[in-house]
Amino acid sequence: MTENGKASSRPTVADRDSSAAIAVDHLVKVYKQTRAVDDISFSLPRGSITGLLGGNGAGKTTTIAMIMGLVLPTSGRVQVLGHEMPDESASVLGRMNFESPYVDMPMRLTVRQNLTVFGKLYAVKNLADRIARLVADLDLGDFIDRANGKLSAGQKTRVALAKALINQPELLLLDEPTASLDPDTADWVRAHLERYRRDNNATILLASHNMLEVERLCDRVIIMKRGRIEDDDTPEAIMARYNRTTLEEVFLDVARGRANGAKEAVR
Amino acid sequence: MTDLSLHRGISLHRIGAMILRYWYLLLSSWPRLLELLYWPALQVITWGFLQYYIAENANFFARAGGTLIGAVILWDILFRGQLGFSISFLEEMWARNLGNLMMSPLRPIEFLLALMVMSLIRLAIGIIPMTLLALFLFHFNVYALGLPLIAFFCNLIFTSWSVGIFVSGLVVRNGLGAESIVWTLMFAILPLACVYYPVSVLPVWLQYVAWALPPTYAFEGMRALLIEKTFRTDLMLQALVINAGLLAASFGAFLALLRSAKRHGSLLSGGE
Repeated sequence: MTENGKASSRPTVADRDSSAAIAVDHLVKVYKQTRAVDDISFSLPRGSITGLLGGNGAGKTTTIAMIMGLVLPTSGRVQVLGHEMPDESASVLGRMNFESPYVDMPMRLTVRQNLTVFGKLYAVKNLADRIARLVADLDLGDFIDRANGKLSAGQKTRVALAKALINQPELLLLDEPTASLDPDTADWVRAHLERYRRDNNATILLASHNMLEVERLCDRVIIMKRGRIEDDDTPEAIMARYNRTTLEEVFLDVARGRANGAKEAVR
Repeated sequence: MTDLSLHRGISLHRIGAMILRYWYLLLSSWPRLLELLYWPALQVITWGFLQYYIAENANFFARAGGTLIGAVILWDILFRGQLGFSISFLEEMWARNLGNLMMSPLRPIEFLLALMVMSLIRLAIGIIPMTLLALFLFHFNVYALGLPLIAFFCNLIFTSWSVGIFVSGLVVRNGLGAESIVWTLMFAILPLACVYYPVSVLPVWLQYVAWALPPTYAFEGMRALLIEKTFRTDLMLQALVINAGLLAASFGAFLALLRSAKRHGSLLSGGE
């Protein structure tokens, strides 16, 4: 359903690919005069890790928010795990989770209390065992009974990740998952995400400005600019297309409007 | 909490999780607990002494002992009930936690039910000591009102929830810039609900407005009980009917405002 309360009736990407973890079809979001997202379509197979790249204002956060159901599209459709969003969100919200710098965990509650509350919200079975597992996996033991507001930025990020994994989600949406982490911890978190995807056949969509992170984690990259999809392929294919050796160079080409020239040069 | 529909089952488990979340918060913060006790105690002491003074100098109030202090206690049920609801909601805005809840399986109706339970818990923490103070300092036993007290309480708390739900919707839609409405809207009801004086004091045209507000029936009912020693069941039933309409309308308004917030992307900004 769109913000007008109307559902599209034409055949769509979503219709063709109901087995996808996420299917976005001709998605548009207009805020007053601004087209934040401008007719984008993509489909993510289950078990994949996809990076959503783009500069500030490219439309990444709005796209993720529409996938989560926090923002209603102006037009177009979103299917998550085979269910129409937001109309059928009750069927999928318990099977997905997210981490974003736009939200915090309650500051006065301890890490254990926060995980307990969210575990209960997600109806996690054997919650004490699940929390113990996350504490071990994400090394939260030293501050599990400390108030969230008294943690360092890096510790908070790990706690937010623990909350995002509390229900062992089939679909994980991550916005800057390693921001504020030192290189060692960030690397360790990436390894954890890779392991989580592999062990659970989970689908991960992550927005990041860390190109090395995207190169390492993602088997597919979607580059957005001014609300539109600028490119969509594997990291290797994109780098080859732009004749670049790193995604960071590709990102700069796209951001500075050199993308067409770079692609032409390769042709 | 993306789902805006009402037709699916309500989970007591999720409601319990939210109550646990607010309970942890209350226990973690003594200023929050103190604030619950402070204002009701201050109210009852101030108005209690005023009633003592008036009773010594006016025959009517000497006969109608307890109407002022009774009105103060009932007004606090109404006002603190709404604040208890709304502050628990604001805690999510202040903590920037609303997005986490919106993305969880928690449904709007479950969220609102949890806030209602929290308003009762917060009210009990503030009002029970207040009534004991009134008893020991001013010899006014509100519990002596008996069963009618339950009728007054129910009607007042239902209205407080309706106002709480509506202003929470305004905050969802407009962000914390609308926070001041949470603290002030109930005071617009104060003169019209005839808390401290009978409806007959108002101009005739304003009496129609007063009778549209359920609290008016509770305060008139309390005065009838204390002064005329009669319990007006008709007033309570009329208030109940209006309250049912108000609750339904406020819930509809909350859903509409939540939907509008999703259309305008307000849930992402959340702040001012």
